[in-house]
Amino acid sequence: MSVLPTSGPRTALADAATLTGRALRHWVRQPAPVVITLLFPVLLVLMFGYLLGGAMAVPGGGDYREFLLPGMFAMAMLFGIETTYTAVATDAARGVTDRFRSLPIARWAVVAGRAGADALHAVAALAVLFGCALAVGWQWHLGVGRALAAAGLLLLLRLAMIVVGVHLALLLRAPESVAALQILVWPLGFASNAFVAPQTMPGWLATVAEWNPLSATVAACRELFGNPGWGGAGWPADHAVALAVAWPLLLIAVSGPLAVRRWRGLDR
Amino acid sequence: MNVIEADGLRKRYGDTEALAGLDLTVPAGTVSAVLGPNGAGKTTLVRVLTTLTRPDAGTARVAGHDVRREPGRVRARIGLVGQATAVDEVLGGRENLVLFGRLHHLSPARARARAEELLTRFALTGAADRPVATYSGGMRRRLDLAAALILDPPVLFLDEPTTGLDPRARATVHEAVRALVAAGTTVLLTTQYLEEADRLADTVAIVDHGRVVAAGPPHRLRADLGADRVEVVCDQVADLARVADTLRAAVAGPPRVDPEALRVSVPAADRVATLATVLAALTDAGLTAADVTLRRPTLDEVFLHLTDRAQVAA
Repeated sequence: MSVLPTSGPRTALADAATLTGRALRHWVRQPAPVVITLLFPVLLVLMFGYLLGGAMAVPGGGDYREFLLPGMFAMAMLFGIETTYTAVATDAARGVTDRFRSLPIARWAVVAGRAGADALHAVAALAVLFGCALAVGWQWHLGVGRALAAAGLLLLLRLAMIVVGVHLALLLRAPESVAALQILVWPLGFASNAFVAPQTMPGWLATVAEWNPLSATVAACRELFGNPGWGGAGWPADHAVALAVAWPLLLIAVSGPLAVRRWRGLDR
Repeated sequence: MNVIEADGLRKRYGDTEALAGLDLTVPAGTVSAVLGPNGAGKTTLVRVLTTLTRPDAGTARVAGHDVRREPGRVRARIGLVGQATAVDEVLGGRENLVLFGRLHHLSPARARARAEELLTRFALTGAADRPVATYSGGMRRRLDLAAALILDPPVLFLDEPTTGLDPRARATVHEAVRALVAAGTTVLLTTQYLEEADRLADTVAIVDHGRVVAAGPPHRLRADLGADRVEVVCDQVADLARVADTLRAAVAGPPRVDPEALRVSVPAADRVATLATVLAALTDAGLTAADVTLRRPTLDEVFLHLTDRAQVAA
């Protein structure tokens, strides 16, 4: 039985789809981790919205939960890096990645398959969180078009997290290190405008928070959803949408080639 | 025709030279065993030949294609069973085989049909829908092997296929390899076990420090290596010298004395006949022994012998 391997972008796309299908089968086989990643942001909304929300003041006035939710959407995208990292690092630590690399398939198809699955995961996470947001009284105020544009910016952030996650996973190849990642996303999340306004922080930290890539996406989402903003002035606040496009693209431009190099480095 | 041709392969990792100018040829339709201790360069060799690792220098052709210039063509013609299990642990055996069938560009229907065939062939039908994480070591190996055989590749690489398996699982793997070779597959396997190389391989290449130090059919290598030995285990240290003297007089080849193990051994050029000679000589001299055995050389002894010879030659 001989089948000549056909190569070319169409075959590679089909291979990527096959590998995306593999990830979806994992979700069916082991639903618990997926369900947890989908529900964890909901838990955070309830914690911050109701337990801490009473003590929070939105600069310039406005409802704290309206202020909080764009932050939570972006946080959910940030958490996605853990899903990507675990999947890629687990394959690399076992022999599975080697098996894929010894098959007559395009190497980028393996990464594209992963990205496809994680993109679906991100859409599911956003859908769940949007549902939760609407249930706690959050709304978009400026029309469906802008709301979709905000969703697009969120998915762009997640795409950057996919690329960075693949890069880190190929760098460390240790699935257990995800614990470190789980801890590290928190300072990144808190040193932003996701939960509170940067003006309430000490000067240097406020600057960090203003320029945090996460803040750009959050501020842009607040703008596009018509939710209360953090009222900050200055360049990052005035150019939130542009930054929300530029930051993820920059992360992809830096991490992407490094990830490809790591992937090739498996040759060594 | 040679299906595998490696010429002067070199690969360095930091200070370690994993491959130090390795040459190897494997004729079509044969089993070749690469025998060597841990760290000899066996896995690096397999990784280079299966396009997973780029050599620093040297060339290698597999199934008529250069591993560096035409890795895609090589990959289409080989199957690989690596040391680490390379199947998806979360999925079941059937799902794994269908997945790898699809990645070999079989149609969904053919991928499913092929999966069934392989599950039957490797006696995995009963466990086909259980997650691989629940499989025993032997079952995993069989599934690994099945996944490498989706397209009946003309060349199959097995990197220590039986390490860590119990004797029964090992026998199953040996059987599968024999069946493949009977059907015309060329197999290159690495092993740490002399016995395995002896049993399965048409040719054995002994590798040490990234180089082939001896190669040939197992029977010729064994003859080369001073063959089997008769070992006499003495009752007490005091007997060692007298036993050694007796054996020196009775058998060609100098006796080797290991005082710690109370052991004296001599080459058994004529095997059972030498054993009989030794027994007769001991009886004539009025000596008793705790144990007398005819034994094949261990891998350690093979290496000792080869390094000794290298030192003499140098």
